[in-house]
Amino acid sequence: MSSAVTILKGVTATRSGKIGVVLVGFHLLLALVAPWLVPYEFDAQTAVIDHAGPSLAHWAGLDTLGRDVLTRTLLGGREALLVTIFGTGLAVVWGSFFGVLAGYLGGRIDELIMRSVDIFLAIPWMIFLLLVIASFGNAPMVMILTLGFFYGIGVVRMARAATLEVVVKDYVLAAKARGERPLSIMMTEILPNVRDVLMVESAMRWSWMLLAFSALSFLGFGVTPPTPDWGLMIANSRIYLALAPWPVLMPMIALSSLIIGINLTADALAKSLGVDKTTRALV
Amino acid sequence: MTAPLLSIENLSIGFTGLNDQPVFIVRDVNLTLAAGETLGLVGESGCGKSSLLLAMMGYYKQGLGRLRGGIAYDGQDPGLVSPQQLQALRGGGMALIPQNAGQALTPTLRIKAQMVEVLRLHSDLAPGAWQARCLALFERVKLPDPEQMLNRYPHELSGGQQQRVAIAMALAGEPDLLLLDEPTTGLDVTTQVGVLALLQEICQDLNTAMVYVSHDIQVISQVCNQIAIMYAGEIVEMGPRADLLTQPVHPYTQGLLASIPRLNQQTLPHPIAGEMLQPVHRGSNVGCGYAGRCPLATDQCRATAPLAQPIADRWVKCHEVTAAMAGEFIRPAQKLLAANLGDRELLSVADLSIRYQAPTWLQSLRGQQPPAIVRAVSFGIQKGEIVGLVGESGSGKSTILKTIAGLQGSLSGRITLSGTDDLTGPVESRPRGSLRKVQLVFQNPDASLNPRKTIGEILRRPLELYFDLATGVMDQAVDALLQRVNLPESYKGRFPGQLSGGEKQRVAIARALAAKPELILCDEITSALDVSVQAAILKLLLDLRADSGVSLLFVSHDLAVVETLCDSVLVLEGGEVREAGLCAEVFKNPQHAYTQALLASVL
Ligand code: SF4
Repeated sequence: MSSAVTILKGVTATRSGKIGVVLVGFHLLLALVAPWLVPYEFDAQTAVIDHAGPSLAHWAGLDTLGRDVLTRTLLGGREALLVTIFGTGLAVVWGSFFGVLAGYLGGRIDELIMRSVDIFLAIPWMIFLLLVIASFGNAPMVMILTLGFFYGIGVVRMARAATLEVVVKDYVLAAKARGERPLSIMMTEILPNVRDVLMVESAMRWSWMLLAFSALSFLGFGVTPPTPDWGLMIANSRIYLALAPWPVLMPMIALSSLIIGINLTADALAKSLGVDKTTRALV
Repeated sequence: MTAPLLSIENLSIGFTGLNDQPVFIVRDVNLTLAAGETLGLVGESGCGKSSLLLAMMGYYKQGLGRLRGGIAYDGQDPGLVSPQQLQALRGGGMALIPQNAGQALTPTLRIKAQMVEVLRLHSDLAPGAWQARCLALFERVKLPDPEQMLNRYPHELSGGQQQRVAIAMALAGEPDLLLLDEPTTGLDVTTQVGVLALLQEICQDLNTAMVYVSHDIQVISQVCNQIAIMYAGEIVEMGPRADLLTQPVHPYTQGLLASIPRLNQQTLPHPIAGEMLQPVHRGSNVGCGYAGRCPLATDQCRATAPLAQPIADRWVKCHEVTAAMAGEFIRPAQKLLAANLGDRELLSVADLSIRYQAPTWLQSLRGQQPPAIVRAVSFGIQKGEIVGLVGESGSGKSTILKTIAGLQGSLSGRITLSGTDDLTGPVESRPRGSLRKVQLVFQNPDASLNPRKTIGEILRRPLELYFDLATGVMDQAVDALLQRVNLPESYKGRFPGQLSGGEKQRVAIARALAAKPELILCDEITSALDVSVQAAILKLLLDLRADSGVSLLFVSHDLAVVETLCDSVLVLEGGEVREAGLCAEVFKNPQHAYTQALLASVL
């Protein structure tokens, strides 16, 4: 626990890190308490003219169907956050497992894992994702598994690269010479030393996955209407942008502030942990 | 007297740390250098010698800057001149030769292209004259076959040749002042001797002034007439070479000289207690920087910083000069001959050959074999014996060690421990019992301790692995181990990053001891340490042997260290044993030409 506190302290040592943490924290908190905060039901329609501008009753106006934009914005990040947090967790766990394994064992197993990674990287993942959604639906579980799988592929490469740097260190050799089992070496000697890279990586991946999820929703594959979602809201109201900017602007501000927050946090994290972001594998 | 070539007045280098306190890397340094004079700066790692050297060129490492004081080269301050002037100064007036010349050369360009570039920048020669000048320079630095050299790539040159190319480049602008930063560190001893002789010759022939930075006072004394000893950012003693070497005054200089292992000495090198504090930990220390380690320290030393006092041709910064000159405070221990070693053989290595890789597919098709790194090596280690394995880089000495430890496969031969345990195979094939009996200590303590584990966890691991102990007993065992290597028990909770180099190496030794081994394999374990710390580690090893009768196989390139520590020695060259026998005999009366050459290169 104490190390979590130290890390947080390191991240918030810079101004941009502070801003990042506050933004992310604010969004997480909001996602948790929004259902008790919102003034209306998310699908309640008001029988007035649609696209009404901001008023005392509806601070951010109404959308095409006469629904309260503020309510929908407050609720619109919940599924995205749920899916991407678990998706990122899944990606990092399986990705680092295979990455560390490949990096430590080397030889045939490394070859096998890395060539499989190459194959998956060659598949246009967006199209594959649409295929999965088309066949299995877009329940959060399906989204978590598919996004988690695809984003883990990059983690494999990155974890392997980080492991290769650690594996040649004398303390790993010392453990081998002592007669430690491979699993124990990977867990106690290698993993703690690639942890920093993995943490920075997960933060970056989280923001990318969030964008990807919103893009899917925007295309109409992410969440099913009438569930509120930022990507979907932008998609539905964008043709009326000139007429009524609010229904588009609100989710846009929400989504960008969250992404900016995550990126600022990731940058501050990288800096405070001394992880050089330029050495990370792309993808 | 003519104006000095280089003069430095009250120079302090550092940065502003927490609470706006200045952190000094270099503190109040004064020195002058006349044309043609050679000055050596000696000090342990972290004493600020490299920062001082770079400041002479007007260069500061990232985050550092000049805090106060002035530098004048030829009347100009390199920190104040325009970038163009500085550029001219750096190539023409003074030139730097860095430690790793091989890395400073561009790997993808032929030597010729790189030499021409230097000439274009730093000389007024017409392009037509470049080739001839290159050849002349190469002859000057005694590179064999200059014409061919020009057409090679850096990786096709040996380390010594690369260093000579770097010297040739430095000479291209006909500098008045050469700045050298450990230019021979990392070279083999026999190569080092040649480079040092060359530098000496150049200074004499061309009347070039030189500032030479090194941790090794013996190297410095080969080349430099003046020697300055640096400690914790300050020059504590400076004077002519002969005075300083034969009659050191400052307690640190005396300690430093006493801690160097030398051939044919009846006494053990005498360690200096403790280690130098790193700059950030020196804090606002107002007294003498050496007070924490000095056996003569008084309250006055801790309260006020000593000023430079002239003594004959030199000056010394110390409050207790009279007491220091009386000597008496360093009493090196007598070297003890190994207690009766007995004739119980612990390890036997028979006909060992090692090669790195298996033949590739293409090689096996052609019936070729990759060359062996080690060929038909045989030797034995008695119980309680310390055996030295010496040789230059590429001699296979570390490879043999790794094979005994099971980290490197062998091609043929047999390794047995106590006549029963077979150590020929890799680690995976060995039973835990025989793994326990052989432990390995690495060269670089920074890399051999997991930075994410506390010292307590590091020491507990082998105990868990090899012995079935209750928790309470385990804790006691960890305490006992720390005590054994002279570290306080409170270190249990620290991480390796919080320890100094020597302390880390002690932990690494304690980790090996935890297994109650019969044989400890030591891979250059003192070569990354400062000499004053090395002496303490050597003493610790001797004590451990005396206490527990453990045997050591000690790999080193330093013959003096081997002679100090070992009972017998094997001299390796190109993977073959050239000479073997008792230390006393081999060093006194070397038979093989290679051993003789090695001994002749010891400074
Ligand atoms: S001033 Fe004092 S502490 Fe410093 S070296 Fe001299 S005697 Fe030792």
